[in-house]
Amino acid sequence: MTSLTEGSAPELVDVEERSRRRRLAFEKWGKWVLPVLVIGLGILAWHLVVTLNGIPHYILPGPVLVFETLVKDWALLLDALLITLQITLMALAIAVIGGVGLAVLFTQSRLVEMSFYPYAVILQVTPIVSIAPLIFIYVDNKMAGLLICAWIVAFFPVLSNTTLGLNSADHNLRDLFRIYGATRWQRLRYLQLPSALPYFLGGLRIAGGLALIGSVVAEYVAGTGGVGSGLAFTILEASYRLNIPRMFAALLLIAATGVVIYAGLSFLSYMLLHKWHESAIRREV
Amino acid sequence: MTPPTTGQRPELMSVNRVGKVFGGATVALQDMSLTVRQGDFISLLGPSGCGKSTALRLMSGLSLPTSGAIRWAVPQEPGALGVVFQEPTLMPWATVEQNVWLPMRLRGASLSSVRGEISETLRLVGLDGFQRAYPRELSGGMKMRVSIARALVTRPKLILMDEPFAALDEITRFKLNNDLLTLQAELGCTVVFVTHSVFESVFLSDRIVVMAARPGRVLRELAVDAPYPRDESFRTSAEYAALCREASAALHDAMGEAA
Ligand SMILES: Nc1ncnc2c1ncn2[C@@H]1O[C@H](COP(=O)(O)OP(=O)(O)O)[C@@H](O)[C@H]1O
Ligand SMILES: [Mg+2]
Repeated sequence: MTSLTEGSAPELVDVEERSRRRRLAFEKWGKWVLPVLVIGLGILAWHLVVTLNGIPHYILPGPVLVFETLVKDWALLLDALLITLQITLMALAIAVIGGVGLAVLFTQSRLVEMSFYPYAVILQVTPIVSIAPLIFIYVDNKMAGLLICAWIVAFFPVLSNTTLGLNSADHNLRDLFRIYGATRWQRLRYLQLPSALPYFLGGLRIAGGLALIGSVVAEYVAGTGGVGSGLAFTILEASYRLNIPRMFAALLLIAATGVVIYAGLSFLSYMLLHKWHESAIRREV
Repeated sequence: MTPPTTGQRPELMSVNRVGKVFGGATVALQDMSLTVRQGDFISLLGPSGCGKSTALRLMSGLSLPTSGAIRWAVPQEPGALGVVFQEPTLMPWATVEQNVWLPMRLRGASLSSVRGEISETLRLVGLDGFQRAYPRELSGGMKMRVSIARALVTRPKLILMDEPFAALDEITRFKLNNDLLTLQAELGCTVVFVTHSVFESVFLSDRIVVMAARPGRVLRELAVDAPYPRDESFRTSAEYAALCREASAALHDAMGEAA
């Protein structure tokens, strides 16, 4: 029997296949080039609006001035960035430990879950801006206050996603573990935690962004003065001085931090899942 | 087909007038009695909802009978029982080798100490060389083979299989039926196999338990007298066709009675 696709036979590319390849190639570079193009055009438009209309810099600074400020104030901005980053990452770390720990506790004991889950929800649905002032009254250390605020915002997605994941372990696999006499710990370690990993990572990605939001919002509430002067504080202070370019520069850094956190967590998620989980597997077509 | 002969082989498990009621109202299984002897290949055959899965869960100890009792005639050490479900039920995050390792891992055996047994079992089910593959890289039939390897790796006395091949295409199913018989002969294990296919039950088993639904119960037990080994030539033989006709008639009789 002979086959058309065998060995040295010419490659068979039909119309559909050709258009599919064209689409793939387009998507491959379009994914990067198009957003860059959009931001480039946006910045250009911004620049033109500012210069053509002669808008004064204390109302709307142009992109060039913002960039110059970023360079000029770099030392100051970097200090602020590091503080914001530190609070965000520490809050995220505690959110992970607390969220996963609580989720494990919940799945190990229905009693604990029934008793405490409603309060985790209440903590989540109450806006952080309304809790933060109270926290800063009772917590003397400003850094600790900021951390608590960021943690409150960030921990819920980790908790709820991980709880969902731990409970989503395949029922037949659970039965199998029972038949083979697995201990509670073995079931957690070999079945529930791996089942929960994709859910946890989804929650972590959300929590990363929320931790940043939490730390920025808390800093606004905490106000000026004292230690722990992050990017939010920089924006606040610059606004008092009508230093609009610095406000933009700090804003730019906050946005960039958010993007970097999200990208980093997405990469982590890909590394951990790409071998087995549907969400991270590349498809041919 | 004749009524089953009893005696010859030693008893492994006895199911004695077992019933199971769910939610105080649904009679999933009523008054089931069955004696499983070592080396038996028993099929539970019946329409869906007749309590086949319930019977299997009771035998596996995953669920407790509402009435009656299930008794093992041999000491029931861990690993004496293997189970295969309708879905392959593999851990997607673990390789083939790690999946088959599971029953031994749960008993505290390290992978390196049992690697030989795992490889041997994978060879038996025809998956030699797939140790490092992930389940998603395998076809439905191959996943089911991994699932069977996992059930076999502890060399269990009894294997319970709940419609393991129902979701596979016919060609794959025939192949797995043949291989399952070869494995059973080679390992001398005892199998209780749930199916709703007359053809599958006749091909595989030496005894068929015909069941009916609402309430789930055993209607008849048939013995399939055709000798082992059975292979492709048996599947195409007139004898097989005749046996299938008989089993089919028994099932329809049974369902007629039930209606
Ligand atoms: N956990 C359960 N709770 C309530 N009803 C059940 C449960 N398991 C099975 N049943 C009922 O018991 C009957 C027999 O079910 P099952 O043993 O799964 O049948 P089969 O496997 O033969 O299709 C069905 O009517 C089913 O709805
Ligand atoms: Mg069933």
